[in-house]
Amino acid sequence: MTLIIEKDYGTPEKKSDVSVDLEIDGKKITVAQGTSVMRAARMIDVDIPSLCASDCLTSYGSCRLCLVEIDGARGTPASCTTPVAQDMKVTTTSERLDKIRQGIMELYISDHPDQESPLHEMAARVGMRENRYGKEGHNHLTSIIDDSNPYFSFDPSKCILCARCVRACEEVQGTFALTVDGRGFGSKISAGADQSFLASDCVSCGACVQACPTDSLFEKRIADMGKPDHSVITTCAYCGVGCGFKAELKNDQVVRMMPWKDGKANHGHSCVKGRFSWEYAIHPDRILKPMIRDKITDPWQEVSWDQAIEYSASRLKDIQGKYGRKSIGGITSSRCTNEEVFVVQKLIRAAFGNNNVDTCARVCHSPTGYGLRETLGTSAGTQTFDSVMDSDVIVVIGANPTDAHPVFASQMKRRLREGAKLIVIDPRKTGLVKSPHIKADYHLPLTPGTNVAMINAMSHVIMSEGLMDQDYIDQRCDKDAFDKWQKFICDPINSPEKVSEYTGVSADDIRGAARLYAKSAKSAIYYGLGVTEHSQGSTMVIAMANLAMATGNIGFSGVGINPLRGQNNVQGSCDMGSFPHELPGYRPVGDDRVRKIFEDDWGKKLDPEPGYRIPNMFDAAVAGDYKAMYVQGEDVAQSDPNTHHVEAALEALDCLIVQDLFLNETARFAHVFLPGTSFLEKDGTFTNAERRISRVNPVMAPMAGMDEWEITCRIARAMGTDMAYDHPSEIMDEIARLTPTFKNVSFAKLDQKGSIQWPCNDSAPEGTPIMHVDGFVRGKGNFIITEYVPTTERTTRKFPLILTTGRILSQYNVGAQTRRTKNNVWHDKDILDIHPHDAENRGIVDGDMVLIKSRMGETVLEAKVSENMQPGVVYTTFHMPESGTNIVTTENSDWATSCPEYKVTAVDVRLTNHKSDWQENFDEFSSSTRHIAE
Amino acid sequence: MTIIYIPRDTASISMGADDVAIAIAALGADLKEDITIIRNGTWGMTYLEPLVEVDTDQGRVAYGPVTVSDLPSLYEAGFLNGLDHKLCHGLTSEIDYLKNQDRLTFVRAGLIDPLSLSDYIKNDGYKGLENSLKLSKAQIVEEVTLSGLRGRGGAAFPTGIKWNTVRQTEAAQKYICCNADEGDSGTFSDRILMESDPLCLIEGMTIAGLAVGATKGYIYLRSEYPLCKEILTGAIKVARDNNYLGANICGSDKAFDIEIRMGAGSYVCGEETAMLESLEGKRGMVRAKPPLPAHVGLFGAPTVINNVLSLASVPIILAKGGDYYKNFGIGRSRGTIAFQLAGNIKRGGLVEKAFGISLKDLINDFGGGTYSDKAIKAVQVGGPLGAYLGQDNFGLPLDYEAFTEAGAVLGHGGIVVFDETANMRDQALFAFEFCAIESCGKCTPCRIGSIRGAELLKTGTNMQLLQDLCQLMDTSSLCAMGGMTPIPVRSAVKYWPEDFEKSSS
Repeated sequence: MTLIIEKDYGTPEKKSDVSVDLEIDGKKITVAQGTSVMRAARMIDVDIPSLCASDCLTSYGSCRLCLVEIDGARGTPASCTTPVAQDMKVTTTSERLDKIRQGIMELYISDHPDQESPLHEMAARVGMRENRYGKEGHNHLTSIIDDSNPYFSFDPSKCILCARCVRACEEVQGTFALTVDGRGFGSKISAGADQSFLASDCVSCGACVQACPTDSLFEKRIADMGKPDHSVITTCAYCGVGCGFKAELKNDQVVRMMPWKDGKANHGHSCVKGRFSWEYAIHPDRILKPMIRDKITDPWQEVSWDQAIEYSASRLKDIQGKYGRKSIGGITSSRCTNEEVFVVQKLIRAAFGNNNVDTCARVCHSPTGYGLRETLGTSAGTQTFDSVMDSDVIVVIGANPTDAHPVFASQMKRRLREGAKLIVIDPRKTGLVKSPHIKADYHLPLTPGTNVAMINAMSHVIMSEGLMDQDYIDQRCDKDAFDKWQKFICDPINSPEKVSEYTGVSADDIRGAARLYAKSAKSAIYYGLGVTEHSQGSTMVIAMANLAMATGNIGFSGVGINPLRGQNNVQGSCDMGSFPHELPGYRPVGDDRVRKIFEDDWGKKLDPEPGYRIPNMFDAAVAGDYKAMYVQGEDVAQSDPNTHHVEAALEALDCLIVQDLFLNETARFAHVFLPGTSFLEKDGTFTNAERRISRVNPVMAPMAGMDEWEITCRIARAMGTDMAYDHPSEIMDEIARLTPTFKNVSFAKLDQKGSIQWPCNDSAPEGTPIMHVDGFVRGKGNFIITEYVPTTERTTRKFPLILTTGRILSQYNVGAQTRRTKNNVWHDKDILDIHPHDAENRGIVDGDMVLIKSRMGETVLEAKVSENMQPGVVYTTFHMPESGTNIVTTENSDWATSCPEYKVTAVDVRLTNHKSDWQENFDEFSSSTRHIAE
Repeated sequence: MTIIYIPRDTASISMGADDVAIAIAALGADLKEDITIIRNGTWGMTYLEPLVEVDTDQGRVAYGPVTVSDLPSLYEAGFLNGLDHKLCHGLTSEIDYLKNQDRLTFVRAGLIDPLSLSDYIKNDGYKGLENSLKLSKAQIVEEVTLSGLRGRGGAAFPTGIKWNTVRQTEAAQKYICCNADEGDSGTFSDRILMESDPLCLIEGMTIAGLAVGATKGYIYLRSEYPLCKEILTGAIKVARDNNYLGANICGSDKAFDIEIRMGAGSYVCGEETAMLESLEGKRGMVRAKPPLPAHVGLFGAPTVINNVLSLASVPIILAKGGDYYKNFGIGRSRGTIAFQLAGNIKRGGLVEKAFGISLKDLINDFGGGTYSDKAIKAVQVGGPLGAYLGQDNFGLPLDYEAFTEAGAVLGHGGIVVFDETANMRDQALFAFEFCAIESCGKCTPCRIGSIRGAELLKTGTNMQLLQDLCQLMDTSSLCAMGGMTPIPVRSAVKYWPEDFEKSSS
């Protein structure tokens, strides 16, 4: 294995129907019109020297190393900024050019430290021998190094002012945190208004570090460990964007994660989490030995794998013997690979003999699966990420991509800076509403819980003003369903004027946004958990599908309905049959023909009855009917709503088996702990939000000595079911064999193509970037009536505010990973955001401790007064276990899928001077249940 | 009633014109004289400022330079009736300095009240626009092309060709940008035009808008010209109030309007692409070309960028025809150019002359030799990045091509005179230091080269390295700022090598 060094063509690729022939150093080449001379030269391996050019940035022309001679042209033009022309003859080396390049390098070196650096390599390359200026003149050699960022440092003495960092921050990331300050020789790279990197707006995405050609921006791990010597291509395990990465190693140790240029979801970009926050994988908190205990008050006993497997299997069998076949079940993890998830649901179906399997998607995107299947026919987003570059109008609903899906947000912002219009529908002023060079054309700050009313009103405007695409509807959609829906949606009850009464958004704005969406050629909807985590989550997904169908915005590039998936493999875990009513590929367990396919392959009879959903599991556990659970990589005790109820359920179990990296909150209630593997140890595939199946390649051996799929298979075998694979590729082969949409997927094909978007079958052998191109998967598009039904969670005099929850950039979900990285420097506690009016009424100022009390429970957080909130709405995150955010949230859930209503909880907020009782007990209980025997 | 003209331009005000105006008004009130003061623009005879003119039956009689303390004696001498005094220069129009010029662009400068639309129209203003409204876009461009007008900002690119490119580039929005970032040391012609005849610039921009199909114009004005801003703002309002700007120009249904944007003190923003960046609200850094601003300019739209004087020359071309304008000048340098005499010179000021006059005639006949009465050593033509020329070159005709051949530039027409006491090594050092201060810092040769050049001239002895550096900056700089800095340096080394043999003073 070698270190993968990606070729840099110097300037971005240009697309054109016109091609141009030219000659460079006597070599002939034909390229697209608009291509730079530099790019054309590098395409035929004529590597013109340059420092300021990079193919991920528009050409800049500052270093002047890349000057060339062009027959008939005056002087020596820069090859990076000069486009090719027909029959152009270019010379890239000559005595004159050598002299210029040496002269440039001599100037650079006259203000550069004498230590080893890429700049000295360039000086040697162009043949610069002597710095005749000396170093006594004006210089930056004693500049102060900015060490503030936990992951990289900035040494201005090595900086050559090529501004690649500034341009990467602007063009690639879109944050505009960096600038060039001063002018002439006094110019310097400045983070923010001459702040430190940490204090500035920098989001630590790493684009600047990657862009720096002189090591002026330098990764601290390389400073500590030295340069890596080989790379392994793999896929990020954070959000549903699914960025491709090169894990770069020295010997067996990971030095750093570098975004992979060929990664189709990220095109070489990254965010702070994927790029830097992977060190949790080697954190000392990792549990590396299997452990068991009889009671949760006992200390943990470290045991061998064989003992742990045997113990688990026998307890599960005993419980089934005593309480019946359906008394046990499990939960699959959206952070694990498709292969790992597949074997867990197979264990439950084939070895446990029931369908008590669910996945954490239950609490995030289950309404997406339901809503999109009912309307369009497929439980997945319609587009490929790159489709956004063709959008004219982008609607972002209940999603905060700059924090939660940063790499896709950067791509979206690129399109917005190109001029696409933006509509944000969100109770909060999210990062997209107004940021440098981005301003939403409409921000509709609706009252939490009124999504359906809002989208209905937009559809009402479109239908009543004749803005629909009737041809599209006639050709592609079910006529009866459409007629019924049209009658419903045109009812004045759905008019913006009526709806504004409870959404709190003016009718004019709703009308304006609806017209903007309907009138553009290509409008796309992107949404997140602000859509799904409501009592009407599924209704809302359907309402958006109605809107998109009515305006003809599905089936080609630039449009669509696109869920932004929270976790790396939410899509995959759903695809793999993790739901209690569905076998892999979303096929009902009740369907005899479907079940037979699996029964024949697995040699087991399968239960035709759907099993428990996660909330049902908790209810049944509290009721005493459900006694054992196998939880793969999900921390339900922290992530699921109404913590008191979840804890009661977990405490009621006779056997809880937790398979995880850490002793998480759920493991406090466990009897068996099976150490899992981080993404760096896994061998398998993840499926991202655009249905893209990407390979996860093992970067290091499993630290606890066992692959996760193998753990699951061993439990099955110990329970008497034959489940054995020599390699995870065989699991994928089985998936492909049993799942029509995966028919042509294999590790070999993935390794060859890099990634594949399902469906990948005989009619789409190379995969499907955009769905529903020639018609909807279900046949005719299905309009469904979406009556707005307010949530039962109402504000009252006692609970006057609405609490809504979400996440921030530097932390991830329950924080199990990111809390174990240096990211805590940005966010080390959950904070309650409150509008200045609400704060003033309660005498709250920044930093005050406040009690948040709902009908379910109470917790205490620090307050921050923020104008990003609307009056009446407060907001917090749930990254820290001690915050107890879900103590407060209710058990309300989506009518169709039981997805919890995290986004609407009526609360009261008031000043306090002490933690809640639950928080007071948390620390003690937390340590007493984590004790490991010596 | 006596009408008295007292200029209101930055130079005369700095010499006390406002005080003189107040004192004359007070004098009139005290002595019950019926005096009307008109604050005209300047004629450009800066050495006579403040130049007070009294309207008489014979014409306007000039007195200058007038200070407040001169007023009693002037009054006694009967200046209100145009009678003689030691400061009297007779009829303004008969002063040689003015009489011997070819006033085309500056025909109204000094003559009129800059904010009086009726004055402007009475003196042939808006004739060019009137004609243009009858012509097609192509016909307007043709007339400008025929005139031979070349960019007066310094680059001397044919204006007609530039306009034609923008005209032919399809776009929903196009712009006219007037570069009024007059930053060259020793230059002031743009300022005089804008302060003395602002409607002429507005008319020129409007015609440009009609010619290329642009509906919006920007004047990028340097921050050091606050009075210009005031006068231009007033003139734009006058034009707008009278339908010479706005949605319906002279009832033609054609739209054009102008907005003033202020610079922030950067010389390099006079470079056209840096100016565009600054106009867009960004850091003023040079853009690489291509694309040309004519194709991708302000906010990505096709844009005409012209200097103040290029645009201000357009009204007379459209009023009197391209042929009329073309009849002035020599070779490929057609029409007139506004020279600005400055530095160590007796009669500093503005001289608009047809191309072809020699440097010597300009300096001696108009300028009257050095102010210090010492022999002339060097003349820098074309701003701080122009060549230093010595006696051997004083016969050069002022013509773009002749100057290029001599390794010099005409630039924006600035002429700065140095007497025999000047040290040319110091002047070469000044070139590098100027570049170091004003460099935007984008390209390496300019950013680091300028500071190294200054160091070499201060302490170094390596003349070979100095020559290598000049060659490097010349061939590899991104824009003319770094690329032209070697011009004054090399000319100083070439013509006064002896100044480089001893260390600098």
